[in-house]
Amino acid sequence: MHELSIVASLFEILEEKAKEQKAKKILSVKLKVGALSGVIPEFLETAFDIYKKDTIAAESSLKIEEVPLKIRCQRCDTEIVKDDFVFICEKCDSRELKTLSGTELLLEKIELEV
Amino acid sequence: MKKKEVLVLEELLGSNKKIASEIREKLEKKGILTINILGSPGAGKTSLLERIAERLKPDYKMAVIEGDIETERDAERIRAKGIPAWQIITGGACHLDAKMVGNIFPEIPADLDFLFIENVGNLVCPANYDLGENIRCVLLSIPEGDDKPKKYPKAFTTSDCLIISKSDLLPALPFNLEHAQKEALEINPKLEIFTTSALKDSKINELIEYFVSALHKLRQKNA
Repeated sequence: MHELSIVASLFEILEEKAKEQKAKKILSVKLKVGALSGVIPEFLETAFDIYKKDTIAAESSLKIEEVPLKIRCQRCDTEIVKDDFVFICEKCDSRELKTLSGTELLLEKIELEV
Repeated sequence: MKKKEVLVLEELLGSNKKIASEIREKLEKKGILTINILGSPGAGKTSLLERIAERLKPDYKMAVIEGDIETERDAERIRAKGIPAWQIITGGACHLDAKMVGNIFPEIPADLDFLFIENVGNLVCPANYDLGENIRCVLLSIPEGDDKPKKYPKAFTTSDCLIISKSDLLPALPFNLEHAQKEALEINPKLEIFTTSALKDSKINELIEYFVSALHKLRQKNA
């Protein structure tokens, strides 16, 4: 359950951005969470709702876009969406794969009242 | 009321990553190889470190940072081997982060060869936190079962080295070593795998050779 620590890091960024933009409130927060990010979106949501009280984001809503793990085979160029985390190309059996997406844990955008 | 949308595109753990990179750079400059050890509670992390300490002590200088939720016990076990050890008590937190390691940084002797960091016993949360290590090792002990790599993919995909520990229990338990190794390599083909027993002192030498060769590579890079 490190989601609360991660939400604490999120709020550090949120408060910094709100200050930069001289915002009165944060209205919404959009995250991108990869399948191999090591974080459970539901836990992030719960932690966010606990943490936001008495902050500039108290009335905000959280949107999480779940990003599947996508890889490209370096040998045959096939792109595959993986849900089993097996890093072997389904087409040519190669283990030389490049991860394209699915490991991110990203604050994409925020909506502010200024 | 005026609304404004701001594109941020910042990693949530970006500040941890930044601190970790600074720690890594400073330690590398001093020629210190840093190893972060992950594993469940009771996987044998401290016992393994005791064996490593006995082997390295005659020829190398090492120190250990111990992460635990409570108690100084693990650091005391390491100190009993004549090795400097710092205990980080997280007071409930399930992982170490780079800032905690950074706080100890000023006390770390500059003439070390190896700095080991034993993370809080947990296969989930520590996987997200870079501590500035050069090598991340994940322990999987025989009693935990051979199905763990795919159940805890993040810990295994982010590690460089898998240490299958307590191999002395293999005859007693239905742990399929081949299956565990195969699954681990499926999710991370780059894993170096060692099957060790701290109790029987088995294959500890191979692991030591791996660390020593990584230390030499780091110093060649520095030279």
